[in-house]
Amino acid sequence: MKKVVFIALALILVIGIMPFTACGGAEEEYKIGAVLGITGFNSALGEPEKQTLEMLEEAINDAGGINGKNVKIIIYDTETDSTTCFTATKRLIEQDNVLAIIGASSSGVTMAILDTVTDAEVPLVSLAASDQIIKPVEERYWIFKTPQTNSMVVARVYDYLSDQGISEVALITASDGFGALGLEELKDVASTWGMTIVADESFDPDDTDMTTQLAVIKGKNPEAVICWGTNKGSAVIADNMKDLAMEMPLVMSHGIANRDFIDLAGEAANGVIFPAGKLLVTEQLPDDDPQKDVLLAYKADFEYLYGEGNVDTFGGHAWDAFTLITDAIQSLVDEGKEVDRAGIRDKLESAELVGISGIFNMSSTDHLGLTPDCLVLVEIVDGEWTLAEE
Amino acid sequence: MLSLIRGRVKMLAIAALVVLLIIIPLQGNAYYTSVLIIIGIHAIVTVGLCLLMGYTGQVSLGQAAFYGLGAYIAAVLSKTYHLNPWLAMAVAIIATAAFAFAIGFPIFRLRGNYLAMATLGLGIIIWILFRELDWITGGQPGFLDIPTLSIGGFAFDSDLSFYYLVWGFCIAVMFISQNIVNSRIGRAMRAIRDSESASQSLGINTIMVKAKILALSAAYAALAGSLYAYYVGFIDPPPFGFLFSIRLVAMAVVGGLASIWGAIFGAATVRLLTEFLHPFGDIDTVLFGLLLMVIIILSPQGVTRGLGDIWRRLSRRLSPS
Repeated sequence: MKKVVFIALALILVIGIMPFTACGGAEEEYKIGAVLGITGFNSALGEPEKQTLEMLEEAINDAGGINGKNVKIIIYDTETDSTTCFTATKRLIEQDNVLAIIGASSSGVTMAILDTVTDAEVPLVSLAASDQIIKPVEERYWIFKTPQTNSMVVARVYDYLSDQGISEVALITASDGFGALGLEELKDVASTWGMTIVADESFDPDDTDMTTQLAVIKGKNPEAVICWGTNKGSAVIADNMKDLAMEMPLVMSHGIANRDFIDLAGEAANGVIFPAGKLLVTEQLPDDDPQKDVLLAYKADFEYLYGEGNVDTFGGHAWDAFTLITDAIQSLVDEGKEVDRAGIRDKLESAELVGISGIFNMSSTDHLGLTPDCLVLVEIVDGEWTLAEE
Repeated sequence: MLSLIRGRVKMLAIAALVVLLIIIPLQGNAYYTSVLIIIGIHAIVTVGLCLLMGYTGQVSLGQAAFYGLGAYIAAVLSKTYHLNPWLAMAVAIIATAAFAFAIGFPIFRLRGNYLAMATLGLGIIIWILFRELDWITGGQPGFLDIPTLSIGGFAFDSDLSFYYLVWGFCIAVMFISQNIVNSRIGRAMRAIRDSESASQSLGINTIMVKAKILALSAAYAALAGSLYAYYVGFIDPPPFGFLFSIRLVAMAVVGGLASIWGAIFGAATVRLLTEFLHPFGDIDTVLFGLLLMVIIILSPQGVTRGLGDIWRRLSRRLSPS
């Protein structure tokens, strides 16, 4: 009998070693959860997001919290894995009893938790790009997001080109997910901008030579070339175009909005034009830009803590999400209403915020609330990002 | 006499486990329940791996591929082609097992490190297919809105009901595996593990036995994969990649390779470590590795055996000698 009891105890021990954490009665602080891809495939996104959230948590609490009550950010690593993100989200909701959740860092991982937060009725502010996250809006009642979408970037590119009087373009897109989504959108809306696609080529982002595809494009004689890819492949395209003496404008995607592209492409990077969030060219923005003060402050704070030149767009998305949620709590407190999940959701839906990714105007039909003009066109001049003249 | 007592203790332990499994979710915390569901799903895959690695002595570093095949086939058939989810699940299991059986013949011509490399390659190829066949699988962004299982009018859409479903399957898989291990083919499996040439000389068709066990383990993995797809309602490639194959091997090793019931402990230990280490942020992976190392060093035969050793030592000390 003793043995049986022992075995039963052993079983309870192994199965029952659950991460018990204290769950108090009355909440002493406003708890906000975050599920971020800090390790794994998306660590380049999750790390600056985590740093930003920690920085903001400290700043708001040093300033006395929200009407004297502290804000607590609980961050779990998703390992860029949807299974782990799924259980981490359950934990935030059931165990930590958070008011709202920020994340996940990428589209796939966010999709895995849409049903979970909807069933539990917890507001979620995603940091991922895909449009699918917030559409159709009737089914995404509890879901919001802060990064600009692909369709905005494409609209910005076509808008710029038509301003330049260009109507015949050649596409060259990467064969990965990023390039495929870009290509789909570029083709879908070309006619609404009066664009004719004269050539449509693709490239493997790991290839080291793309002159074959570019030679085909050169033969079609387009007025401009649009390249959709991330750093490595895009750098090869820029270089090969110089080799082939292709002089037409080269427009790229926001996938190259970091220093690596300039380092890889070197001399060939000069003259490349691409749309990006304003954070890239903060200092060059005109003084009357409504976002300029916010951008300068975020950049200064972040770089003071984490090093010169380290501020990036992904951290900016987290800044927007955190500020949207804390503003919602603040206005509930100001109105003397109870701070709960449903209240925060309602406030998010009517939120207005001058943020890092743009100026947000949320509504019941738009859970992002940005317009394409939150992106600026950047030209690389002498290896530096320069605000392009329009 | 001794074996009889040991048999009875084992039965009691299993009964205790079953009772415990029924009681645990009644605490009402959906987070615990969801973690236990994931543990049950992973335990089903791990049992298959134990049969293959522990009993038959054949390495597989590509088990996540079968898990993924099960998930994707069930998801695509039930969502895109509106097949009944149970039927889609059955098709997923049979198709994955058939695929594994067929691939078993060429792949088991290899041994040791070469077999490990081949299964590794197989896992990566299938993972790339999940990612690149995006018009079928949804590619990198994933596959959304997978329907859930239901019987008559009752839908398994709550954590609690799905918990009992998964653990029902899990216990059934355990019993089937236990019976296989104790059968003629189970003896053949162990013979192959201990000496392949000797078992061939005894007239065992070693490649056939190995292919059958691979097919069985693939069927378990596909069952688990389809349960996962129906539970979460969304799948994307990362949970079915190379890293998960390695994690499965870790579960099998931690539980004790040649131990059917150990699979539950292995899956539980690995998953709970991951959950427990969430709050440590970016060093959780490092701590995870360290803890696994400690477990393997302290108890190289797996957690189940390690617990058994502690019990024996304790009972020796307690018995009035």
